[in-house]
Amino acid sequence: MISLKDIQKGLLVSLWFVFLTFPLLVIKVNPIERVITWRWYNMLWIALASFCCYLGVRVYKSRQLTRHKRVKLGIVKERAAWSVRILKEPSVYIPFLLVVGLFALVFPWIFSTYQTNIMVTALMYIVLGLGLNIVVGVAGLLDLGYVAFYAVGAYSYALLNMHFGLGFWMVLPIGGLLAASLGILLGFPVLRLRGDYLAIVTLGFGEIIRLILENWNDFSQGPSGISNIPRPGLFGLHLSLDQSITYLYYLVIAMVLFTIFVVNRLQNSRIGRAWFALREDEIACQAMGIDKTRTKLTAFALGAFWAGMVGVIFAAKTTFVNPASFTFLESAIILCIVVLGGMGSIIGVILAALILILMPEYLRAFSDYRMLVFGAVLVTMMIFRPQGLIANVRRTYNIPKV
Amino acid sequence: MDYFIELFFSGLTRGSIYALIALGYTMVYGIIGLINFAHGEIYMIGAFTALIVSTVLSIFGLPLPAIIILTLLASAIWSASYGYTVEKIAYQPLRNAPRLSPLISAIGMSMFLQNYVLLAQTSDFLPFPALIPDFAFMEPYASTIGSSDLVILVTTAVVMLLLTWLIKFTRTGKAMRATAQDRKMAMLVGINVDNVISITFIIGSALAAIGGLLIAAHIGQINFYIGFVAGIKAFTAAVLGGIGSIPGAVLGSFILGLTEAFATGYVSSDYEDVFAFSLLVLILIFRPSGLLGKATIEKV
Repeated sequence: MISLKDIQKGLLVSLWFVFLTFPLLVIKVNPIERVITWRWYNMLWIALASFCCYLGVRVYKSRQLTRHKRVKLGIVKERAAWSVRILKEPSVYIPFLLVVGLFALVFPWIFSTYQTNIMVTALMYIVLGLGLNIVVGVAGLLDLGYVAFYAVGAYSYALLNMHFGLGFWMVLPIGGLLAASLGILLGFPVLRLRGDYLAIVTLGFGEIIRLILENWNDFSQGPSGISNIPRPGLFGLHLSLDQSITYLYYLVIAMVLFTIFVVNRLQNSRIGRAWFALREDEIACQAMGIDKTRTKLTAFALGAFWAGMVGVIFAAKTTFVNPASFTFLESAIILCIVVLGGMGSIIGVILAALILILMPEYLRAFSDYRMLVFGAVLVTMMIFRPQGLIANVRRTYNIPKV
Repeated sequence: MDYFIELFFSGLTRGSIYALIALGYTMVYGIIGLINFAHGEIYMIGAFTALIVSTVLSIFGLPLPAIIILTLLASAIWSASYGYTVEKIAYQPLRNAPRLSPLISAIGMSMFLQNYVLLAQTSDFLPFPALIPDFAFMEPYASTIGSSDLVILVTTAVVMLLLTWLIKFTRTGKAMRATAQDRKMAMLVGINVDNVISITFIIGSALAAIGGLLIAAHIGQINFYIGFVAGIKAFTAAVLGGIGSIPGAVLGSFILGLTEAFATGYVSSDYEDVFAFSLLVLILIFRPSGLLGKATIEKV
């Protein structure tokens, strides 16, 4: 499987990476004290790691090639992905769903408040991921400023509560609607553009929102943010901190279920099929009589709506908002969730959100490398598994032969 | 009036740096139609390599001219190598993938490189050594234009001329233009398209590294995050001029540089980045093909 030539090439690759990383990884200077630190051990690591990576990729590729050949010759049958097999088998997924549901139900009673709090964060990211999934995964519009709508939701709760004393339940839909109308406002002129321009404009827009929140002191209290935002109320009952987090947990669970329901129904609706079609081929789609701009706008606004609602929940959870929570990094994390999970795949996004949010929480040593890994995940997924962890199962029609 | 001239020159200096970065964007876009998100990070790596090499050399006690030349060479070579490697790893396997895939891969690469430098070096701002000396003959004008401004303007002009010569009059340039026009046809007439793409990335990255070195020496400090904002702004400049067009990128960069300088000088410096981003949004809405770009009609 690994020939001598591969090893030779592997050595060359590792030599190249040693050269490439030499100034940044090996040398560390302190320009003020004029001291140089040489970190030769890093060189060894890089050489080893790049050699192993190269061989790993070689082996993976050659195996894929032989498999492909055998399928072509008819020796083995093309096998459906394990995820598809599980999802299609009722005797597997019904008990599985029951166990997961039960676990989710009793979670706050068996784990500490701290754990519940982390879980609430993860669940919020699930909703955000599902919201972005409508935009990126289903409609194929790369939105890099998703966090702007999240910020709009959070700030609308903070500000409406501060100035007018509106409660959580009142602001939840208002925040969503504000974010959605902002999405329409931005999307209207921009969505006529080609896909990659959209990415940059949304990125710029996200930054504009953050910079405005940071600098417009009279409006948003600047970088110091707004504090003392009340937690969500329950018919006027007084809740302790632990109780209110448990309450928030169930609230977010309900939100997740609601989102799953809506997204699932949407995907199989007329507009959902229009989104899929638009993602695959815009010109063919227009030829079939689908209004391109309006269809895109719907996806954009719906995605923004969800981000706005999660923003309200975020403000209620942390009881404090400031612009630093809404950087480009946040958008990148959500995008990473969608890409890792599989574009358009609901179950994939849920799994990916749990992995990407809970892993750094529980593996503290790993948390420094979080963003590095997220970046690497985006690249490797695109190259080796563009359909994501769990590929979306497309609706198919079996037309019987006459 | 003095204030106006001062702002004008500071705008030109900014514009030159944006131009050096924007050229990389526009060349890559012209050839493979990809927004190379990681380009800003290449620029940042150029600045970091320059900082490390120049500090090491000055500790070794080399004379200043030798330090300047070696630093310039080292940062250009290493940045070009990074650009080449990024293309080979993250973009080449995706050449025939749907449009969104290379773009996402590019964003991933940008995050990766940013955090790689953060982890390998530091998250603090590092002071950049003063590589550009104060010239004696610039003394009378020091209030309006500094020596480093002059060096940046002259270097940019020289680099632009070299690039124009390369693209207009050499065999490589011809191959690049052919690939940009029609990749399949270029292959048919015997151009090694993969090599042309690699060369484009190498040239673009080396230009970005020169930009990184110059601006770092001008401002005097760098950190791992400088590539992000500079990248978006240079991209704005490239789009403003018409992405894919090389004179357009230069024109767009100077317009953006001057706009920013005057807007921060006369309006408010808090919203420095907002001006650039708003300009980007406005251009894309009203003239997506840019000032010098040609509007392309999608054909089936």
